[in-house]
Amino acid sequence: MLSENPALLGLATIILGVGACLGYFFLSNLVLDKVVFPARGKHAGRNINRANMVRPWLFLFPALFALGLYLAYPVFETLRLSLTDRSLGGAFVGFDNYRQMMNEAKFWEALRNNMLWLIVVPAISTSFGLLAAQLTDRLRWGNLAKSLIFMPMAISFVGASVIFKLIYDTRPADQNQIGVLNAIWLKFDGGAGSIFVLQILPTVFFLAVAGLAVFSGWGMFRDGSASLRGRSLWQMSLRVCAAVLGLWLVWASISAAVGIWFVELPYGEPQTWLTIPFWNNFFLMAVLIWIQTGFAMVILSAALRGIPEETVEAAIVDGANPFQIFFKIKVPQIMGTIVVVWTTITLTVLKVFDIVFAMTNGQWETQVLANYMYDKLFRSNDWGVGSASAIVIMLLVTPILVWNVHNARKEMR
Amino acid sequence: MTSLSLKGVSKAYGSMEVLRDIDLDIEQGELVVFVGPSGCGKSTLLRMIAGLEKITGGTLDIDNVVVNDLPPAQRGIAMVFQSYALYPHMTVYDNMAFSLKLAGKSRQEIDTAVRSAADMLQLSQYLDRLPKALSGGQRQRVAIGRAIVRDPKVFLFDEPLSNLDAALRVATRIEIAQLKESMPDSTMIYVTHDQVEAMTLATRIVVLHGGGIEQVGAPLELYERPANTFVAQFIGSPAMNLIEAKVTETGPRTSVIMADGGHATLPIPTRAEDQGNAVKLGVRPEDLSLVEGDDFLVSADVEIIEALGETTVLYFKPKSDAPALIAKLPGIHQIQRGTHLKLIAAPEKLHLFDENGVSFLYRS
Repeated sequence: MLSENPALLGLATIILGVGACLGYFFLSNLVLDKVVFPARGKHAGRNINRANMVRPWLFLFPALFALGLYLAYPVFETLRLSLTDRSLGGAFVGFDNYRQMMNEAKFWEALRNNMLWLIVVPAISTSFGLLAAQLTDRLRWGNLAKSLIFMPMAISFVGASVIFKLIYDTRPADQNQIGVLNAIWLKFDGGAGSIFVLQILPTVFFLAVAGLAVFSGWGMFRDGSASLRGRSLWQMSLRVCAAVLGLWLVWASISAAVGIWFVELPYGEPQTWLTIPFWNNFFLMAVLIWIQTGFAMVILSAALRGIPEETVEAAIVDGANPFQIFFKIKVPQIMGTIVVVWTTITLTVLKVFDIVFAMTNGQWETQVLANYMYDKLFRSNDWGVGSASAIVIMLLVTPILVWNVHNARKEMR
Repeated sequence: MTSLSLKGVSKAYGSMEVLRDIDLDIEQGELVVFVGPSGCGKSTLLRMIAGLEKITGGTLDIDNVVVNDLPPAQRGIAMVFQSYALYPHMTVYDNMAFSLKLAGKSRQEIDTAVRSAADMLQLSQYLDRLPKALSGGQRQRVAIGRAIVRDPKVFLFDEPLSNLDAALRVATRIEIAQLKESMPDSTMIYVTHDQVEAMTLATRIVVLHGGGIEQVGAPLELYERPANTFVAQFIGSPAMNLIEAKVTETGPRTSVIMADGGHATLPIPTRAEDQGNAVKLGVRPEDLSLVEGDDFLVSADVEIIEALGETTVLYFKPKSDAPALIAKLPGIHQIQRGTHLKLIAAPEKLHLFDENGVSFLYRS
């Protein structure tokens, strides 16, 4: 009867599960207090102390057991599997799987795409989140705007992917486009409006990015030379890295601004957006950015609220304009939170699987490591290379995870 | 020379008026203290001068320039906040240099200004520290230093000592007094609810109450010649006693009698039409002394005795619904609870207010 009614089955499972948990805690404590270390007899005092030393472990045991079985054991098993070969009956093959993986172009493509995701998604999500948090802070309808921006957090990655697949959808040119992006694209006809929106505006945007990079780089250079004293080597190297990144950004945006005038734009033809190599990665990233911006906004909005109002007023009296207040007073005070948000999104990005799986399944050069692992493990039935790629993902995640936990702890203090 | 002047300044949030028609001229080099109970609008007035609150009526001049619509940084003011408001991510040096950097001053100029301010405030060895590594008093000094480096026309202090503990408050109060001595030309406006700070620091005190100015004057002027019962009771601790009385004789000297048979003749002029009117006689607890015989001001039963050694404070049982009478006698007195005592005060120490609470000294 139970198996015919899923709702009842679920209810029974819940009751059974919760009951078992309560039963475990109650009975194990009972056994500890009445049988193992009874609070009677001439050792009553000593027994109570011993029982209290054992008790925390009774409560920790289920969690430790589950974590060990489902987290710690798989790590070591995966490591072992990555050194064996299924087709040879599980024989030890050393680093052969890793060598084979390194020789696959698809692996390098996945690694490159992952790096791209790693740079673009946390950066854009965090900055959009910060922007949304700051802009909605003082508005009467700010809370409504925040709810709307936060809402995608409630949608699963696969659900969001389906939504965006519809946005990117393509129909033949003579039919109505159901994809929003193509519907907009077909409105451009190569006239003055198209040139303005698709060439002049992007040029202005790229030049603005280049200008901003030069400006902030110059500001950092001036600050850096103004107070060289007390700067550690670490900070100096960080500045050098930022400078290199800035120069690259200037070069990239200027070349993009120039390049946009030499591209032949295919007006009037519906585009299959997800098959355009390289750029399709960004169409996939849009899904995750759409979801994670809400997360970043909520956390950063709380952090912005925590800034003492008087420091902002002191800055106003000191003559700071709204931009200087934001960048020199507010942002530095919530830098710790920004780093935590950034690294948390980075962790999500490194594990990204569902979006790529649901939208392109790694075709057209959109492969990422997690999907590559799934491909190897469950489609090619090659546990060796699959496990090897899993280990690579773990190695990439671990340092960021450690740093994230470290920062989060620092924030809590 | 007038440094700052308020003409009919008012502030309203929507239809709720919190300050109305404030007229005040502040001379260069003055230290003016705004004092009043909480909610009287003294901090709002200071923030309006700073430019952090919009002025909804009247004009504010600083150095004869109307600054109503100028942003804070261009008004020539600097402000010290109650909670220090130091930038937590900047060193002491950068905290003090921030405004100069924003103003685009050269590095040498900034360095000279910051170091001389730090010397003045004994902060030189802390310049590389972050605010969280400083004590409360040091933080307050950094906040003051941040104001000094800007070389403002007017310094604004918003209850700067209320976050410090009692001992540090006294020390910092004296430091601020010394700072004022060392900068005799700078104008300062200081907001506090603590009348000791007001009395010790001010060249002039502005008593605010219910969104308006009650009286402006030198500290001892407010103590000796309060304009109304509010100022009379706000300045001085314990507060001035107010006793219901009736005028029996008018002229250059006025005689009054109290319900319990006490009487007094004061050197305060009244007019013939005041004859028989109900008035309030004010006498400070420290001006009262014990007396025998029929020639007394007030008489009452002692209810509580606080012997502090240097003074003895007597609280008398109130008659009907009148407020309790308080007397502060110098030295130690052996007095039993419940004793019926008669008290007197020197005629020139007495104050006389009409039934609206306005002093006869200031009656137009």
